Order: sequence, then structure tokens, then C-alpha cells
Amino acid sequence: MAASSRRNPPPLPGAENQDPLSEMADEDSDEGEDIFVGNSNPVAEAFQPDTANGEEPADLFSEAETSTAANSYITNSKSNGVHSDNENDLFAEVSVELSMENPSTTAKSSGAEFTPSLTLSATQPESMEQLEEEKDEDSFDMEVAVTNPEKIGDGMNAYMAYKVSTRTTLPMFRNRTFSVWRRFSDFLGLYEKLSVKHSLNGCIIPPPPEKSVVGMTKVKVGKDDSSSADFVERRRAALERYLQRVVCHPSLLQDPDVREFLERDELPRAVGTHTLSGAGFLKMINRASDAVSKMTIKISDSDAWFDNKLQEVESEELQLRKLHAVVDSLVNHRKELCGNTAVFAKSMAMLGNSEDNTALSRALSQLAEVEDKMETLHQEQAASDFFILAELLADYIRLLGAVRGCFEQRMKTWQRWQEAQSTLQKKREVEAKLLWANKPDKLQQAKEEITEWEGKVTQYERDFDRISVTVRKEFLRFEKEKSNDFKSQIVKYLESLLQSQQRHVKFWEAFLPEAKAIA
Amino acid sequence: MWLTHVVLCQGLDDGPDFLSEEDRGPRAVNVDLQTDATLQVDISDALSERDKVKFTVHTKSTLPNFKQNEFSVVRQHEEFIWLHDSFVENEEYAGYIIPPAPPRPDFDASREKLQKLGEGEGSMTKEEFTKMKQELEAEYLAIFKKTVAMHEVFLCRVAAHPVLRKDLNFHVFLEYNQDLSVRGKNKREKMEDFFKNVVKSADGVLVAGVKDVDDFFEHEKTFLLEYHNRVKDASAKSDRMIRSHKSAADDINRIASTLYTLGTQDSTDVCKFFLKVSELFEKTRKIEARVAADEDLKLADLLKYYLRESQAAKDLLYRRGRALVDYENANKALDRARAKNKDVLQAETSQQVCCQKFEKISESAKQELIDFKTRRVAAFRKNLVELAELELKHAKGNLQLLQSCLGVLKGDT
Repeated sequence: MAASSRRNPPPLPGAENQDPLSEMADEDSDEGEDIFVGNSNPVAEAFQPDTANGEEPADLFSEAETSTAANSYITNSKSNGVHSDNENDLFAEVSVELSMENPSTTAKSSGAEFTPSLTLSATQPESMEQLEEEKDEDSFDMEVAVTNPEKIGDGMNAYMAYKVSTRTTLPMFRNRTFSVWRRFSDFLGLYEKLSVKHSLNGCIIPPPPEKSVVGMTKVKVGKDDSSSADFVERRRAALERYLQRVVCHPSLLQDPDVREFLERDELPRAVGTHTLSGAGFLKMINRASDAVSKMTIKISDSDAWFDNKLQEVESEELQLRKLHAVVDSLVNHRKELCGNTAVFAKSMAMLGNSEDNTALSRALSQLAEVEDKMETLHQEQAASDFFILAELLADYIRLLGAVRGCFEQRMKTWQRWQEAQSTLQKKREVEAKLLWANKPDKLQQAKEEITEWEGKVTQYERDFDRISVTVRKEFLRFEKEKSNDFKSQIVKYLESLLQSQQRHVKFWEAFLPEAKAIA
Repeated sequence: MWLTHVVLCQGLDDGPDFLSEEDRGPRAVNVDLQTDATLQVDISDALSERDKVKFTVHTKSTLPNFKQNEFSVVRQHEEFIWLHDSFVENEEYAGYIIPPAPPRPDFDASREKLQKLGEGEGSMTKEEFTKMKQELEAEYLAIFKKTVAMHEVFLCRVAAHPVLRKDLNFHVFLEYNQDLSVRGKNKREKMEDFFKNVVKSADGVLVAGVKDVDDFFEHEKTFLLEYHNRVKDASAKSDRMIRSHKSAADDINRIASTLYTLGTQDSTDVCKFFLKVSELFEKTRKIEARVAADEDLKLADLLKYYLRESQAAKDLLYRRGRALVDYENANKALDRARAKNKDVLQAETSQQVCCQKFEKISESAKQELIDFKTRRVAAFRKNLVELAELELKHAKGNLQLLQSCLGVLKGDT
């Protein structure tokens, strides 16, 4: 994926093959963005207008990034799918459209490669080149952190606000370091937006942490004990990991919603995220119906790769769930051990007090102190067990669910293609009948319908191919990320165990001479 | 699946080296038991059958009382109890701390677990099953060894005591190679015992209320009371702590198994990683289990033993207190008799008897209590030192495992 390739116009139709598609699909490619500039402003309105006005074109851009024929999803537009059939034609159009468009979008990366010949705002070219360069690098020069949970408000209307800080050298942001305050529903809102836009492409969207009515209620009510502190810390860490995964994903990072989330001072309240809202119920119903349809679809796929991978994912998810349950049990037992050790330490201290041999008495008190220190060690160990291991497993169980969702999307796309094919078939039969019956006026309509459906079939087939490519690529990226994640987290966990044992050794070494001194 | 035979010859222990440090000499919580040649007793073998455990008691002696210099008999738990009770009931020994009776061998919990495992065999993989079975068998073995140790300690204490070792019942116990026909107490006898205990504790309260003239004994009374209660508390808490420790070790075992399953699903990088970590956890788990077992032996058992010994010491004080009260009553009776000038001789003899009894008990009791202290301090010292050394050994072992594993894992990535 040399930068240079992007400076050239894409190959002509005849040379079209998988690769350009994949390249275009995964780059934060500017080429794609411009397709819709001229074409579908009306479509822009029809499409998810959940952000402020200025963002709409940006939405389209992001839409286009991941799939050059994404407008096929904008099914509202009755325009036939023709104009998206041949992406290459669109690129030819781009050079013209660009000069007309280019509002002061926040997406500074807008603007095609074909800039030299066009009038663009002066600031663009440089930042674009930089952007391309950076896109080439594997390491994203981007850090996000979620810190400083603060309770805002009181009673049942209270909520926790978290500070989201970003540090980056990516030019698409206004500053190098900045931070904003967000609440949990904002994170959920981001997920909803991304999900709507990208999941249809077969992207693996990192799922956010789960809602917890009980946990939050405790916090709201103001219960100031360790369990609510734990809950808040757990949520903060989970939100941080969630954001980090989002910005690590090359396509999602380019999504203006993500940028807005990170940059904008005030975010409109995400309303569709409340559990008991109308939107919430709707979601539940959709999910239920999805589940039913899921069971009945089976692709007769010539490509066994997808089947195999799906099976792997499912079995892995099973194992991870098992592992998570055991780690949970370990955390609980360690907490128990912690409590019991503390109690024992006190008991030992009492015994030491009543012992009348002075040396033994002192030794017993020392033993009590050692056990106290062990208690601290156990507590830290339990925290480490939980925050490093258990949460890692929980995250990946959710992520594997998202991966499965991805595969399901592909299946749905396939199904749609198949259905289109059968509809086409029916239309052809109708035409044949009409020919037989010799009804010229209806025949014309039938012919039009056939053309329409032929177009659809081709488009859907292409969609399916495209989503297959995306899913495959996403999956490989996911595997890589997962592999790294697990390795680094487990190493971290083992290091914490190591430290704990080192302190173990120190404590008992200190006690030994005391024991020996008993006379 | 039942363990039917455990060979515990000195040094020939072929079980897991759980208690290998313990196998030399008397597995004693106490330390300064003179292993002099005149009388050496140990339990050289033990057999576990469904309901009972059969101990082979082995004696080596140069005393003339015995027919041979070396001989063995087979004894069961009830016979140990009979011996203990015979000491307690013997008036002659009222002034001594009677070594506490060993607790009944209790394999119920372990048996239950083994049974549950057998029932659940279908629901787990073969490796898991074998592993768990090994775990439970090791646990069974550990309990077994412990009960053997406790019975042995009892015998050694008796053999080391200058007076008790000469007891006739004790010699019969050691030598008579037929069944002693000591049946366990039947219901009625158990009820009698129960009532006796109730009366005794009520009496004990009364007796304890009597202030002692002798400072030494007064101090000992207060001390022992408090000490006994605190040891009881510490013993219970240490048990709970060790149980949690064992549960955590069990969890690590399951984590290791699941990681192993994950690791064997593929041969990618990550899977190899999982396999190595699974291996590590297997090893650390074994160490953690050892830590829990050693804590059990060195700490929990120590506390339990001294719980029983301090009770025996309290019993001694009670007997002395009882004798004191009797003596004082006899004095009062004598005074009354003299005043009325009736049955004076009878009262005098009675008073003499009480006086003698009381003084005899006081004399030996003082020495016994001092000995008890010395023994206690020595035992605590030995066990605490060993505990610390073992904890260190295991922590260092863990450390080494973690370091080498981390080295390998980091080197790979």
C-alpha cells in the first residue's frame, strides 16, 4: 500500500479486481469520500441525521471510506444503483465535483488526491500528505485516556462524568492535546453511531462496556463504599480500553463521529441509549428477530474459510467464558483469603499478648504482622487478577460477539443477494408469461423491472464480495490485535505475580530471625 | 478408588512428599521427647479400611517388663481412647497433665469429595478427571498421615512421661497382641459421659472461683483460661484461612486446564503462549497447594494441639482445685468434729487423706505446668521456624518459575 498508488487514479474498469477494492475499502481513502459529494445530497438527509448539520457530508465521507459503493445502503434513494456500479466512473467525476463541494467540514482530510488541478483551501494539501504518510505507519501516534471520574449532580439524576484526554500528532485534529468531559451514555451513543454506519460493511466494531443499573444506582444514591469505588474504577478502565480499541481501528478513527467525540466540547445527549426508552425497546425487539433469522441462514459457501473461522470463534468464545468463570472464582477466593488472613492476624496478635514467655510473645506478634502484610498482598493480587485477567477475558468475550455479528452481516448480505436473484427469476417468468399473453404495455414495465432487478443482483453480488473481503481483513486484524493483547496482558499479570512473590520472600525473611530468637 | 494401604516405614514413604520433612523420628508437634533407648514407641504402619484405621504400634524397649526387646501390635482408635480414659480416671495420675487423646480419624469430607468426583466423571475431560482424582487422593493421603501423626504423638508423650510410661495399661496396650476388646462406648455410656462433663464443668466453675493461696497456681489459672480461649480462636481462624488458600489453588488448577484447552485448539503464536502459561500455572498451583498444606501442618496443627494440651492443663488445675476444696472442707469438718468431740478420729483420717492428696497433686502439678510451658515454647519455636523456612522456600520456588517463564515468554514475542 505505497502512498504513491493512491496518487494515481484507480485502474480502469477492465482492470478492476479485488485489490483496488480492498485498498479503497480500508484506507481512510479520500477518493471514496468525494463520490457522494455531488451525487447525493438529498441522500445525505435521508441517511442517519443524528448529528448536527455540518456533519452530514462528513458522514457520507466516512461511509464512503469503507465501501465505495456504500450508497447502496442508502436504500431510501430510489435512484437505481447504477451510478455506483462502476466506481471508477465516479472517480472520474470526482475531480469535477470536488471544487463545488468542500464545505468547511471538520473532516480536514476531505479532498481528493487529485488536488493539483483543483482549487482547494490552502491548508489542505499539506495536511493530506502528512495524513497519508501517517496512515502508512503501523503505529498510530494517538493516545487516549479516560480519567478523573466525577459525580455530577445528586440523587437519581446524578451521573458520572469522565475526562477523555487525547494526545496526538494526527493533523486531522485541531490541537495536539485536548480533553473533554463525557458521560457513559455518550460512549454508548458513539457505539450506536459507529455501529449503524459500519457494521453493515462487516467491520468489527468494539463493543462498549455493559450498562449496569444496579451499579450505577449505588453510585447515584451516594453509597460511598468500596464496592461503588470499585464499580467506578472498573467502568473507567473499561471505557478507556473501549476508546483505545476504537482509535486503533484504522477505519473507525477516520469517522468524524469519533473525532467529534474526542474533540467537541458539548455533545448532544444520546437519547437512544437509555435502557427503558422507546429506542431501547426497539433495539431489543430487533435483536430478538435477528436471533431467529440467524438460526435459519446457512451459506452454501464455496469459501470454507468463513465457516472454519466462525466455528473457531464460537469455540473460542466458549472457552473464554469458561476461563472467565474460573478467574472470577479465583478473585472471590482470594478476597475471601484476604479477609480470613486479616482475621487470623488479629487472633494471632491476641494470642501473642496472652503468651507469658516474652520471646515467644514477640514472635507471635511478629507473625501477626507478617500475616497482616500477606493480607495486603492477597488484596493486591485479587485486584490484579480482576483488572488484568478477568476484564481482559470479559472484553474479548464481547468482542468475539461483535465478530460473530460481523459474520452474520455477511450472511445477511448473501441472503439479500440470493433473494434478489430469485426475485429476478420471478420477474423473468412474468415477462415470459406476458410475452406469451402478448400484452405490450405490461411487457414494457416487466422489462424495466427486470433491468432494475438485474442491476440489483449485480450490485448485491458485489456487496457480498466486498463484505467478504472486509470481513476477512477485519478478522485478520482482529486476530492480530487479540494475539498482542492477550500476550501483553498475560505478561503484565505474571509480572504482578512476580512482584507479589518477591515481597512474600521479603516478609518471611524478616520473620525468620524472630522465630529463631525464641528461647 | 479407595486408598487401602499406606506404607509409612521410616524413610520408605512412597506417597507424595507432602510430609517428607516429617518422616524422620516422631512426627511430633512437641520436640523434646527424649528418645532414650529404654522405651521407644512409634507407628510404623497404618491401614485404612472403610470405617476404621488400623495402626501398627511398634515398640523398642530395654525395660525388663516386656517379654521381648522389640515387638508390634495392631491397634485401632478406640483402643487409644480407652488408654487415655484409663489415665484420666486413675486417681494416681490426678497430678499430671494427661496427654490429650488423638482426635478420631475423619475421612468423611474426603470420601464425599471422591464420591462426587466419581459421579461427575462423565462431565469432564479425561485429563481433568485424572488431575482431580490425583488431587483428592493426595488430600486423602495427607489427612491419613496427619491422623497417624497425632496418634503417634500421644503414644510418644506417654512414653516420655516418667510416671505414665510405667502404667500397666500402657504396657498391655503396647504388648498384648490380641484385640483388647475395647468396644466403643454404647449410647448409655455416652450419655453418662455427657452428664459427667456437664457436672464437671459446673463444678469447675465453682472450683475456679475459689481463690488460691499459692500465687503460682493463681497466676496459672488466669493465664491458662485466657490462653486456651485465644488458642481456640486462632485455631479456628487459621483453619478458615488455609481453606481459602486451598480453594484459590484449586482455581488456579482449573485455569491451567482451560488455558491448556485453549492452547491446543490451534498452533498459532497465541496458542503456544497459552500452553506455556498453562504449564506455569500447573507448577505454581502445586506450590500453592504445598504452601497451604505446610501452613496446615506447622500452624494449624500446632494450634490445635495446644488447644487440646491447654485443656488438659486446665483439667489438671481443676483436679487440684477440687482437691483443695475437698481439703478445706475436710478441715472444716475436722474443726466441727473437734468442737463437738464426735467422730474426731474419722475426721482426722479423712483430713489427712485429703491433705496428702492435695499436696501430692500440687507438687507434681507445679512441675507439670512448668514442663508444659517449656514444651510449648520449644514446639512453637520449632514450628514457626519451619513454617518460615517453608514459606520462604515456596515463595522462592514460585519466584523462580515466574522469572523463567516470563523470560521465555518475553523472549518469544
